[in-house]
Amino acid sequence: MILKVENLKAKIVGEEKLILKGVELEIAEGEAHVIMGPNGSGKSTLANVIMGNPKYEVVDGDIRFLGESILNLRTDERAQRGIMLTFQNPYEIEGVKFDQLLLTAYRKLHGEDKTFFQLHSELKSIVSEIGLPVEFLERFVNLGFSGGERKKGEIVQARFLKPKLLILDEIDSGLDVDALRLVANQINEIKRAGTSLLVITHYSRILNFLDVDRVHVYIDGRIALSGDKNLAYKVEADGYSIAR
Amino acid sequence: MELQKLLYELKKREEFDIKVNAKPAIKLPAGLNKKLVYEISKAKGEPDWMTQHRLRSFEIFEKWHDPTWGVDRSELELSKIVPYIKPDAKKTNTWDEVPEEIKQAFEKLGIPEAERKYLAGVGAQFDSEMVYKNIKEELKKLGVIFTDIETAVREYPDLLREYFMKLVPPTDNRYAALHGALWSGGTFLYVPKGVKVPLPLQSYFLFGNPGGGQFEHTVIIADEGSEVTYIEGCTAPKYDIVNLHIGTVEVYVKRGARLKYLTMQNWSKNMFNLEIKRAIAEEDAVMTWVSGSFGSYKTMVYPATILKGDNSVSENVSISFAGPGQHIDTGSKVIHIGRNTRSTVDARSISIGGGWSFYRGLLKITESAKGSKATVSCTGLMIDNKSKSDTVPIIEVHNSDSDVGHEAKIGRIKDEQIFYLMSRGLSELEAKSLIVKGFIQPVVQELPFEYAIELNRLVEMEVESSIG
Ligand SMILES: Nc1ncnc2c1ncn2[C@@H]1O[C@H](COP(=O)(O)OP(=O)(O)O)[C@@H](O)[C@H]1O
Ligand SMILES: [Mg+2]
Repeated sequence: MILKVENLKAKIVGEEKLILKGVELEIAEGEAHVIMGPNGSGKSTLANVIMGNPKYEVVDGDIRFLGESILNLRTDERAQRGIMLTFQNPYEIEGVKFDQLLLTAYRKLHGEDKTFFQLHSELKSIVSEIGLPVEFLERFVNLGFSGGERKKGEIVQARFLKPKLLILDEIDSGLDVDALRLVANQINEIKRAGTSLLVITHYSRILNFLDVDRVHVYIDGRIALSGDKNLAYKVEADGYSIAR
Repeated sequence: MELQKLLYELKKREEFDIKVNAKPAIKLPAGLNKKLVYEISKAKGEPDWMTQHRLRSFEIFEKWHDPTWGVDRSELELSKIVPYIKPDAKKTNTWDEVPEEIKQAFEKLGIPEAERKYLAGVGAQFDSEMVYKNIKEELKKLGVIFTDIETAVREYPDLLREYFMKLVPPTDNRYAALHGALWSGGTFLYVPKGVKVPLPLQSYFLFGNPGGGQFEHTVIIADEGSEVTYIEGCTAPKYDIVNLHIGTVEVYVKRGARLKYLTMQNWSKNMFNLEIKRAIAEEDAVMTWVSGSFGSYKTMVYPATILKGDNSVSENVSISFAGPGQHIDTGSKVIHIGRNTRSTVDARSISIGGGWSFYRGLLKITESAKGSKATVSCTGLMIDNKSKSDTVPIIEVHNSDSDVGHEAKIGRIKDEQIFYLMSRGLSELEAKSLIVKGFIQPVVQELPFEYAIELNRLVEMEVESSIG
């Protein structure tokens, strides 16, 4: 198992109310899982808790990555183990250039296995494949990016940094159909290269283009129903009530 | 945080801490009185006009009340400061003649090496006097004068008298008056008409004695059509008592000349650093201030340019860094007098670990400065919730024919940004350093390569020691 989430309960630090109310989830290596759920059901919270955002506090349960509990690891340590999260709303970081972040991050995650020159040319080819201009690399991270550019920028990072487990939090929201298809193809590419996936969405649209192993319907802080791709279409047609 | 505790906290930060066990030749007692001022003049063997200048400055000092603004100076007891410490070394232009202990300290700072590699001339001051001053022979032949003020008093009295404390007279403020009475060491630089100095000249100021005061004076004259870059660097070991630095800089940029003044201030964190820096630019002249303020306990410095001549230009780029316990009060002043004058101010400050950055700026466009253009941008970055940042930019425009742009921004690094970067594998320290380095990039790119590296290293150390 690359990821095993057991009875995970979590809340915002300093607050009482549980947002995650006992999440159970298992992803085998190389698989792509989808979590579908309505707005406000706690999907982003789950993604953040797996990544170790200190804003949230785990009150019960466990998260195991490749057999090891990661609850006591810092975010950067989790990233170094091979977990990566693309954000629903990627943050602007003025002063830090896109390529500078990625080259620094690459060295942290993979060491000195490639020269600076190799890395830079790899980065350039990923960026052009996604249909962004090379100047994109010179811009400050997410600053003044359009919605689509942000999402594409997250995908560039995922392809370049090659995590073992990639969590995509609403990578599809705000993309037009062409961009969606392009991004989905990139995600399939990432999967083919061996990365396991957890795709979070509230919309079945992206599944038309994605190579998916399992779908989970997620309601009010826990997984309510699991199945194959057809489950997603069923939810789309009949509403989340089928899982309640 | 009180000073003692702060000093204790900062004991970790040893790398720049260079202690020197050199016995001084003359160390006047602590305290401030007319007799002491007279003693300094006598020890230097000065002509009467300078002795009179000192005594008159001291009288003015005694009449001035302390300004009510700026950093809290209640821990600064002027009567406990030792105003004059003459090192036991004669002024020389070969490092071999500099006493071993002092030479080693400058070697540790990389000064002789820098001189060999990328400087046109170097001055090195230890405590109250310059111990080394040297300039490349070719420049000497072209008539460039690079020496200390004492030598200038003796060898170029007429030239010096014309400029010495004319732009910053002792009547300017209480600390200018004190400086006028106690000044010692510093730089006199004259670049003749049309001479373009290809490499920077640098003076480095090092403090060697606890409780001492350093009052170096700098006069720079860039004559018509000349070009020069001058670098001022400062450092001192830490002591458990307060040290005081009141440096004064007067810069005269003549018609069509270009002068760039770089400061890298890294005083130890027991230093009260109260500086006065002022330039006057004639027609078509370009004056550039590039300042990095890192060290000191409390700093007040506001490099000023008076754009007197038509079409003259002032650029002011600065970065200040206020760490735990530090209060760094910096800024800029630009006064437009000539027509079609231009000025830009890009002031950036970083506060971290409870530090306090304060930007104070004055931009004044007088009635005569028709067709002038000015922009002021001041930005503060706070690295955590404990730190403080303020900006007080004052803009006065007295004609309707000028164009003024202004931007002030104070931001804090957000937890979300750190989380974002950490989710890419960077540690908290790396994440913060990356943001801070990006923030100071516009200043870094103004610096010679070696200083840019040094500055980046300094930033990493500062961020690291503040995260703990
Ligand atoms: N930082 C936060 N501050 C306050 N409330 C939050 C925060 N994060 C999440 N919540 C609340 O937790 C619930 C789940 O939010 P979220 O995980 O973003 O859901 P989803 O991603 O499924 O839309 C919502 O009710 C939301 O308002
Ligand atoms: Mg969400």
